[in-house]
Amino acid sequence: MRSIVCIKRVPDSEARVRVAAGGMAIDASGVKFAMNPYDEFALEEALRLKEQSGEGSVTAVTVGPDEARETLRSALAMGADEGVLLRSVGSFDGLAVARALADEIATRDYDLVLFGKQAIDDDNMQVPAMVAQLMGLPCATVVVDLKVEGRGATATREIEGGHEIVEFDLPGVVSAQKGLNEPRYPSLKGIMAAKRKPLEEKDVTLADPKIELLGLTPPPARAEPEIVGEGVEAVPELVRRLREEAKVL
Amino acid sequence: MADILAYAETRAGALRPVAGEVVAAARAVADQMNGQVVALVVGGPGSAEAASDLSRFGADRILVCEAESLNLYQPDASVELLASVTASVSPAAVLFAASAQGKDLAARVAARLDLALGSEATEIEVEGGSPVISRPMYGGKAYGRFRFLQSPALISIRPNVFPATADPREAVVESLAAPQVTPTTRVVSIEAAERTTLDVREAPVVVAGGRGLQDASNWQLLEDLGEALGDDATLGASRAVVDAGWRPHSEQVGQTGKVVSPNLYFAVGISGAIQHLAGMRTAGVIVAVNKDAEAPIFGVANYGVVGDLFEVLPRLTEEIRAVRRSDG
Ligand SMILES: Cc1cc2nc3c(=O)[nH]c(=O)nc-3n(C[C@H](O)[C@H](O)[C@H](O)COP(=O)(O)OP(=O)(O)OC[C@H]3O[C@@H](n4cnc5c(N)ncnc54)[C@H](O)[C@@H]3O)c2cc1C
Ligand SMILES: Nc1ncnc2c1ncn2[C@@H]1O[C@H](COP(=O)(O)O)[C@@H](O)[C@H]1O
Repeated sequence: MRSIVCIKRVPDSEARVRVAAGGMAIDASGVKFAMNPYDEFALEEALRLKEQSGEGSVTAVTVGPDEARETLRSALAMGADEGVLLRSVGSFDGLAVARALADEIATRDYDLVLFGKQAIDDDNMQVPAMVAQLMGLPCATVVVDLKVEGRGATATREIEGGHEIVEFDLPGVVSAQKGLNEPRYPSLKGIMAAKRKPLEEKDVTLADPKIELLGLTPPPARAEPEIVGEGVEAVPELVRRLREEAKVL
Repeated sequence: MADILAYAETRAGALRPVAGEVVAAARAVADQMNGQVVALVVGGPGSAEAASDLSRFGADRILVCEAESLNLYQPDASVELLASVTASVSPAAVLFAASAQGKDLAARVAARLDLALGSEATEIEVEGGSPVISRPMYGGKAYGRFRFLQSPALISIRPNVFPATADPREAVVESLAAPQVTPTTRVVSIEAAERTTLDVREAPVVVAGGRGLQDASNWQLLEDLGEALGDDATLGASRAVVDAGWRPHSEQVGQTGKVVSPNLYFAVGISGAIQHLAGMRTAGVIVAVNKDAEAPIFGVANYGVVGDLFEVLPRLTEEIRAVRRSDG
């Protein structure tokens, strides 16, 4: 199995996010960045498919700044064979990113292209299905189970109130949801080996965005939190407030 | 004239709950643009009949493509239908639900029509004659406002945020032929969750439990509370309990679970880690029960009770049953 895994460098999920002066970006100072958590599931799946088939390759591709090299190194340390950095400033327009990825993927041989279901910075949940559509490839998004037999794949998608079973033929596109697998930690050996694995870099220019950021703001403030009371004695008062004040019961 | 196209999704011949929200949101935008709302319904037998209900939420025209082969979501056919309907209606915006189906389809349509997509909008305004959206980003830690440098604007709206307000019209229902496409991807079946409860993303009331419940068997306490709250309520979970295998991942709320916006959210025995808050901080009213007065969940809870959940929950269930009974 030859897989291409698209990974993104994003602020760690623990990171405190503050809007930078000017209100057009987040303040990256002091923010720890990491591989998008869903992309770890995608990468793990690609590694397992290669291991199970006993042959093939795993290529990690990212569109991002110079620093995204570190994210590729983490992928190599987990077990990817090679990394590709498409150096560029990012874009909030998922389609611009999808195009750059599709152009790169089109130059390669692959059976499967894997993504995370969503990047936890822009929270777009767009790029995987866009790449598939641009390339005319079959696609299953938000996948929690994947079976590949010969050239056929069966994916289980998470949908409201259940699961959808989707079939397609390879080559195809899958986006990973938590539950697909348990991503491995890089071993010390993996980390050492990563330093010698090929990492290709090239500059790309993203298409002009068709959606324009007007401003970023902190989330709307919630009503002042309040402790109603302690223990069971607080319950009648809680219920009264939920009925009369909040009107939700 | 600036019409709005609303993709009203179905499953197995029935409208999904979010369909009304999408049409009502489209109505609100169309009113500001003096346009009509055109609803598009794609689905299996029964869809045409179900679709007529969309006039209640303000649809002026309802286009229905009903075919046995479309009983489950078939992405390739839906993309082609949306492409051709968008070309013929030439709307100012196309609205989808930010649901499993809506998000998948909206992204494909964007690529098919070479248009940008704004995902998971929680607000749509009209400025200078075109839509401007607000949407949570960074797991809800920041909100972005965006305008579109193209027409139509493609927008998916977060479930449970835009009310399905009634605004009845006399709608015309027109039928569309199923597109002739060779599907690349075939949805072959659906496995329903064991219980036919509402999905945590769509339920107006969510009762969520965390590690404080100590064991899977104690979930009965939450189920009882959910039952007391009525048919609108469903269960949610923190990642800790999903990882422990006490609850299915489909119930997980948070950054690597689902983002929910119910009217009422109960966080029981949940500490309120930043990744959990990312999933529920847009809920209308948040109630927290936790024995630790310092738990971060109290920082976002409208109403907090400090105490042992094993004592508080049964009493809360009882009290809610009592007031519901007295309401008849
Ligand atoms: C990349 C990443 C993604 C993540 N995504 C998610 C996510 O999507 N969703 C999510 O929830 N978490 C997520 N997490 C995990 C998160 O950081 C927390 O570990 C998790 O939310 C904790 O779950 P909890 O609140 O149930 O458990 P704990 O933090 O252990 O809290 C248990 C709480 O129960 C209270 N308690 C104990 N006993 C009682 C009692 N008898 N009565 C009342 N209260 C009691 C305690 O005071 C405590 O506050 C993520 C973490 C990472 C690193
Ligand atoms: N800049 C990027 N470089 C590589 N992959 C990306 C990039 N942006 C998004 N992706 C992939 O697309 C998935 C969904 O991202 P998004 O549509 O932005 O939410 C991510 O989990 C990645 O797998």
